[in-house]
Amino acid sequence: MNDMRVVDRAVDAQDLKIDAKNVDVFYGTTHAIKGVNVEIQDKTVTAFIGPSGCGKSTFLRCLNRMNDTIDICRVTGDIRLEGEDIYHAKVDPVQLRAKVGMVFQKPNPFPKSIYDNVAYGPRIHGLAGNKADLDEIVEKSLKRAALWNEVKDRLDAPGTGLSGGQQQRLCIARAVATGPEVLLMDEPCSALDPIATAQVEELIDELRSRFSVVIVTHSMQQAARVSQKTAFFHLGELVEYDDTTQIFTNPKDPRTESYITGRIG
Amino acid sequence: MTDAAANTPRKKSSIYATDANTKKRNAREARFRAFGLTAIGIGIAALVFLVVSIVGNGYNAFRQTYITIPVELAEQRLDPAGNRDPAEMARVTTFGYAPLLAQALQQHLQAEGIPMDGVNPRDLMAMISQEAPAQVRAMVLANPEIVGQTITLEMLAGGRIDGYFKNRVTLESAERDSNVSPAQLMLAEAMAAAGIIDTRFNWRFITGPDASGQRPEAAGLGVAILGSLYMMLVVLVLALPIGVAASIYLEEFAPQNRFTDIIEVNISNLAAVPSIVFGILGLAIFINFAGLPQSAPIVGGLVLTLMTLPTIIIATRAALRAVPPSIRDAALGLGASKMQAVFHHVLPLAMPGILTGTIIGLAQALGETAPLLLIGMVAFVREFPDAPPEGLFDPTSALPVQVFNWTQRSDPAFVERASGATIVLLVFLVCMNLLAVMLRRRFERRW
Ligand SMILES: Nc1ncnc2c1ncn2[C@@H]1O[C@H](COP(=O)(O)OP(=O)(O)O)[C@@H](O)[C@H]1O
Ligand SMILES: [Mg+2]
Repeated sequence: MNDMRVVDRAVDAQDLKIDAKNVDVFYGTTHAIKGVNVEIQDKTVTAFIGPSGCGKSTFLRCLNRMNDTIDICRVTGDIRLEGEDIYHAKVDPVQLRAKVGMVFQKPNPFPKSIYDNVAYGPRIHGLAGNKADLDEIVEKSLKRAALWNEVKDRLDAPGTGLSGGQQQRLCIARAVATGPEVLLMDEPCSALDPIATAQVEELIDELRSRFSVVIVTHSMQQAARVSQKTAFFHLGELVEYDDTTQIFTNPKDPRTESYITGRIG
Repeated sequence: MTDAAANTPRKKSSIYATDANTKKRNAREARFRAFGLTAIGIGIAALVFLVVSIVGNGYNAFRQTYITIPVELAEQRLDPAGNRDPAEMARVTTFGYAPLLAQALQQHLQAEGIPMDGVNPRDLMAMISQEAPAQVRAMVLANPEIVGQTITLEMLAGGRIDGYFKNRVTLESAERDSNVSPAQLMLAEAMAAAGIIDTRFNWRFITGPDASGQRPEAAGLGVAILGSLYMMLVVLVLALPIGVAASIYLEEFAPQNRFTDIIEVNISNLAAVPSIVFGILGLAIFINFAGLPQSAPIVGGLVLTLMTLPTIIIATRAALRAVPPSIRDAALGLGASKMQAVFHHVLPLAMPGILTGTIIGLAQALGETAPLLLIGMVAFVREFPDAPPEGLFDPTSALPVQVFNWTQRSDPAFVERASGATIVLLVFLVCMNLLAVMLRRRFERRW
């Protein structure tokens, strides 16, 4: 797991999916994100790396307005999803989150059956006309999350009874079932063992064919393995943002270099 | 441990030998355990004493002595007009019935050959409860066609006779008692031997209404049980939804500001307000201001609702807070609205805690006496209330108030009744707690 080999993968598309300009985030008086500009491309895996506490999660949560749920959090700047301002007064964050799905650090399946976990999003958004449609969505999503073969015989079993890695894939299936355009993942592998991590990483690479994936990770190796673009955050600032190959072989900023060679972090 | 201590090399010692420090620690631990056991022991002993004394006093309330004899319901006394019209028959009061019963008893004793040494007809009549004529009258008015027949009647024995068979009254105590003579007790003994008097389970105690201070043998809990049930109904219907809704709003939706802080502090304080204050409040608002009737379960229920709300709110908020935030995040992250997140995911997980809190609140309310005294629920009520919802406005009593009421009466037979009522109250409380455990089990899916 320790190889720093950058996997060379062609970036298929260059369409701009999310465009963030001059984003500042405050928790009360704490200035957590300072003037960040990022362009996130469609059908690309973008990795956010940086030492812990540098604001990776905070910035990620700006992209689907999960920060709205924190009372003291204030976001300024301009974040556009396909050219539309997601902080515009007319935008209902609930609707936005159906388009920009999220997978959390700790697997958090609902204490319901595997089926109900995956079916929840489609149900509340009315994506399935009948039971057969819903069954199909559930099956497709579980297949896409590479979990179908393991759980197809026990869809009624509780989601919380799965192993950690399976639970995280269930959460990914649940997010995928809603049919999002962007999938945000906040350190999705930090609670997983190496084998489960490898499975999830493989899955992320597959998801790239349909979604734009943004993944926060504290592991540079992981960023190198799964992403095409990498953003390096440090103390709330975006230090460097470039092709992953570029960041890992030829970093421009000395801070990036120190981090990837293991001197800060 | 300081660094210096960490760095001092430990003296070499065998782990078989207990050193002084360890001994001291072990002794301290043993002492602490002994204190704990003593505390639990005292608690259990107190509980056992309480239960034994209540059950010992109260189980007799569930047994009652009856006199069973054939009685001729003579037409010329009960229905002089002879037309079996209940309206006209109602003119015959219980005083018209009493001599019939006395006569029947006298005749039956003669027929059985039981001598009535030293017992004159008036004393003989006194052995039958004063309630018996009223019961026979009610029976006759309910089906007039039995007039003229001779039927076997079960009549309550008088309180002192009943007490004799429960060892509350003895021949010695009867010497000093103006209400009963040793001769009467001897006669009762003979009647029991002949099978005329027997003591058996007393359904009336649970289903019947209260009786006046001179007739402890007829006193029952029926009205009080119904009153308590009606009040619990009101409390459940009002306090559960209001309390849960308030908690959900405060916990999940309300902004954190001074205003909500003040509300929060007030709710916690309300939980500690003495219950009699709620009684005064109820008297002022529900009776004097809103004009609701006194002694009515609706008023009692409203007062108890006010009292129970803080308990339910505090328990519900604790239960909501115990639901991991990751569940809310998961739902919100999928595009659920806040309300969907709460109602689909948070509330079901908080359910066991909410139910437990609610049932504890209800149990508290069930045993509450003081506020009910203030709103007039201590009145002597013999009429059963109608079925809800109209019945909620009829005067009733309540279980704890009935206990209080009976302990105030002079006849010692009421001590037994009061203890019996306490047993009923305790059984209700135990049932509610069992219900709480069962509901918890049901809702607490372990996944
Ligand atoms: N809910 C919050 N309230 C206050 N401060 C927060 C909160 N979440 C994060 N922060 C602060 O914001 C900064 C960035 O945190 P975070 O985005 O979680 O970092 P990372 O994910 O990179 O480890 C940290 O200094 C942290 O203390
Ligand atoms: Mg983080």
